[in-house]
Amino acid sequence: MSAVLEVSDIKKSFGGIKAVDGVSFDVQEGEILGLIGPNGCGKSTLFNCILGQLMPTDGEVKVDGKVVTGLRPSELNRLGVSRTFQLLQVFPKLSVRENLILAGQEHQGNMMSRLLGPSDAGLTATADQMIGFFKLDHLATEAAGGLSYGQQKLLDAAMAFMGGPRLVLLDEPAGGVNLTMLGDLKERLTAINREKRATFVVIEHNMEFVMSLCTRVMVMAEGKLLAMGTPAEVRANPAVIEAYLGH
Amino acid sequence: MSNLLDLLVAGLATGAIYALVAVGFTLLWQTSQTINFAQGEFVMLPAFLMLALMHAGAPFWLAIILGILLSLLLLGLGFKLLLVDPMLRHGVLPLAIATMALAIGMKEAVKQFFSAEASPFPSIVPAGDISILGRVVSLQSLGVLALAIAVVIGLTALLNRTSIGHQMQATAQNPTVARIIGVPVERMILLTFLINAFLVALASLLITPIYLAKFSSGEVLGQAAFIAAIVGGFNQVRGAIAGGLLIGVVDNLAAAYVSTQYRAAVPLVLLIVIILFRPQGLLGRPEERTV
Amino acid sequence: MTVKGKYLRIALGIVVIGALIIVPMNFNRYGLYILSQWAVMTIAAMGLNLTLGYAGQVSLAQGAFVGIGAYAAAIMTTQGMPLIAALSVAVVLCFAIGWILGYPALRVQHHYLAFVTLAFSTLAFLVFRNEDWLTKGIYGISNIPRPNVMGFATNRPLPFYYFCLGSLGIVSLAMWWLIRSPWGRAFIALRENPVRALSLGIDTRRYTLMAFAIGSALGGVAGTLYAPLTQYIDPVPFNLSLSLDLLMMVIVGGSGFFFGPFLGAMIAVLLPEWLRFTQGYYLMLYAVAVMLLLIYSPTGILGILDRYLAARRTKAASALRAVTKSKLETAS
Repeated sequence: MSAVLEVSDIKKSFGGIKAVDGVSFDVQEGEILGLIGPNGCGKSTLFNCILGQLMPTDGEVKVDGKVVTGLRPSELNRLGVSRTFQLLQVFPKLSVRENLILAGQEHQGNMMSRLLGPSDAGLTATADQMIGFFKLDHLATEAAGGLSYGQQKLLDAAMAFMGGPRLVLLDEPAGGVNLTMLGDLKERLTAINREKRATFVVIEHNMEFVMSLCTRVMVMAEGKLLAMGTPAEVRANPAVIEAYLGH
Repeated sequence: MSNLLDLLVAGLATGAIYALVAVGFTLLWQTSQTINFAQGEFVMLPAFLMLALMHAGAPFWLAIILGILLSLLLLGLGFKLLLVDPMLRHGVLPLAIATMALAIGMKEAVKQFFSAEASPFPSIVPAGDISILGRVVSLQSLGVLALAIAVVIGLTALLNRTSIGHQMQATAQNPTVARIIGVPVERMILLTFLINAFLVALASLLITPIYLAKFSSGEVLGQAAFIAAIVGGFNQVRGAIAGGLLIGVVDNLAAAYVSTQYRAAVPLVLLIVIILFRPQGLLGRPEERTV
Repeated sequence: MTVKGKYLRIALGIVVIGALIIVPMNFNRYGLYILSQWAVMTIAAMGLNLTLGYAGQVSLAQGAFVGIGAYAAAIMTTQGMPLIAALSVAVVLCFAIGWILGYPALRVQHHYLAFVTLAFSTLAFLVFRNEDWLTKGIYGISNIPRPNVMGFATNRPLPFYYFCLGSLGIVSLAMWWLIRSPWGRAFIALRENPVRALSLGIDTRRYTLMAFAIGSALGGVAGTLYAPLTQYIDPVPFNLSLSLDLLMMVIVGGSGFFFGPFLGAMIAVLLPEWLRFTQGYYLMLYAVAVMLLLIYSPTGILGILDRYLAARRTKAASALRAVTKSKLETAS
């Protein structure tokens, strides 16, 4: 196994506030790593630093051994790192299929072929496969804005996989999703992890979801790494219990 | 050298008028995200209202008072209630375009109902020259400058020294918080529209004797006010004042030292440079917007 | 329903195109001039619709690009060069300037961008007016020849109208292709949600600049048709108000809708003619109509239609969902 993502000593401060204060970790190929911690512990800031949305004050990010710190999100995405956002970010006026094609089109060909080539960038089949995989079949031509919240959340996740990513960072995929849908989502994510050998990092507040989905869990508190281990180890860690229940 | 003094005084006088217009412009932007593309026409109209009143037989002083009152009614209250309020929830752009249409409508209305020709307009400052330090300076320029400065000082005092001014500033900076701490936000927004109407009426009174009353005179003036507002700082009253004075002076110096053909280009180039290198303006604060 | 709708739309399209070809045959010189003007303005407005409607970038300089195209055509064709050469020059020039003008869009908020383009528009006007050696200044350039297209002279109004209509047809097809291509999808993505677009690998900078450059180039195309249409140009038509008019055409028709510019240009060019009986009041009525329309529907005329259709679709969709839901419930 080799490390897909290596994060070393990331620091990010806003004014005088250290949001992320020297976090290092590796993610191995095929792994599903959970990232948990109380609100305001710096999880989302860390995500944004890894993904090029924010420029870290200090530290280094490597993907497949290549330094990617400071790359723009679009460049990083084309290197095989994709993400979902905490809030829904589908394109409501485009159909489900169009949303998926959009999510994959920049990974096909070049600017010229995207202008002169076919309108779907040759992705209709891939998109429909993804639609089938996430069980959205009957909705392919519906405008994404007309879907239920849970369905949009599935679409949002599906979009992250259209480019055939090496690494996917999911920011609260379960947020606001009802119980039935939640089971669906977990099952789909596990399946895609196994079938496509995609590596995940998942931020989530829903403990049960994290503990049952992830192979390894890391806990952050006040900008620092507090604990790292299997779900069972983390659950038993006194420092984690302190961080969650102590305050 | 002597020539330079004349140019400076004349430049500051026009600049002070630009400043009045630019201040109104930034106030509308700050309190209600209105980019008023009809601001120049707002300056053009009051002079015609006053002229119409004088044609109807009113003496000059009465025409001025009634003209200003009519401006408050039409350009302040009417503008806000009939155009801005219904459009505001649709965002910045549709409203900006509606004000472009308003500008066309105002120009055409004046052309139709009044005249397409330029009309002379009496000056409230007596004509003539006076001599300062052995130099002859136009009384009109000095009078305009003095009046405009008085208004600007008055407005600054209103904004900074009075409780209404503080409430207006709170409204401009953050309406949500202002509402929570008990500022009557709606009334403050209306007040900025009335102040804008007052400022343009005053600018109209000061500038029309110099450039004559013409339906199309708002085009140049509106653009000068935009540029002044942006150069000075779109979100600061004192920025707009500084911007107005600067553009007035630059404009007059450019007319004298650059070719007359390209004098109009100098402020525009200044504008582009400012937007590219200091988009918040000379005195403005950066605008933070989450994307 | 969709298949029937598709045939209906194709039939409607054929009828409209047929009407545009056949009806003007017995129009007088002036009527043909107005229709040609509509075709030319539609092309310019389509360019702006790409920049504003699809990619979401405000430009107040489209009139200046029409001017650049018109001057390129006037200067080159009066020197005896063919219009196609002028067209190439205009397109390349406008594309390049549009590209450069797009750079501020990467740095500043949209309302600042409006002012940068506004300043450019006025600067371009000053150049048209002042550079006598090139543009003949306020005296303008007269006797601009009309082109020969594949051996046919277009001097007379009807052939020239067909030339404009044909050009509009070609531009429309190209635009249709562009909007349906992955580029069109990327433009919409960067208008709707630039952050998400970036995270999907879309190079928003490059697409923004492209939207600016292509939109501006279409302004140049319209200009190269405008010069032989009027056969005389001076700086006045290319001042800021042309840019504002074009902006209003796009918004009134419905920005971000493919047919928005056709409709907007029709209203801006033809409505004044229909309102001719009101004499001097027509522009005033136009201004009032625009304000009322924007208050009622800020997304323009096609916005009204779109809302109506969307409401019908949602009804149908929710009915469909209810059906699937009840099926699922009976199944489990």
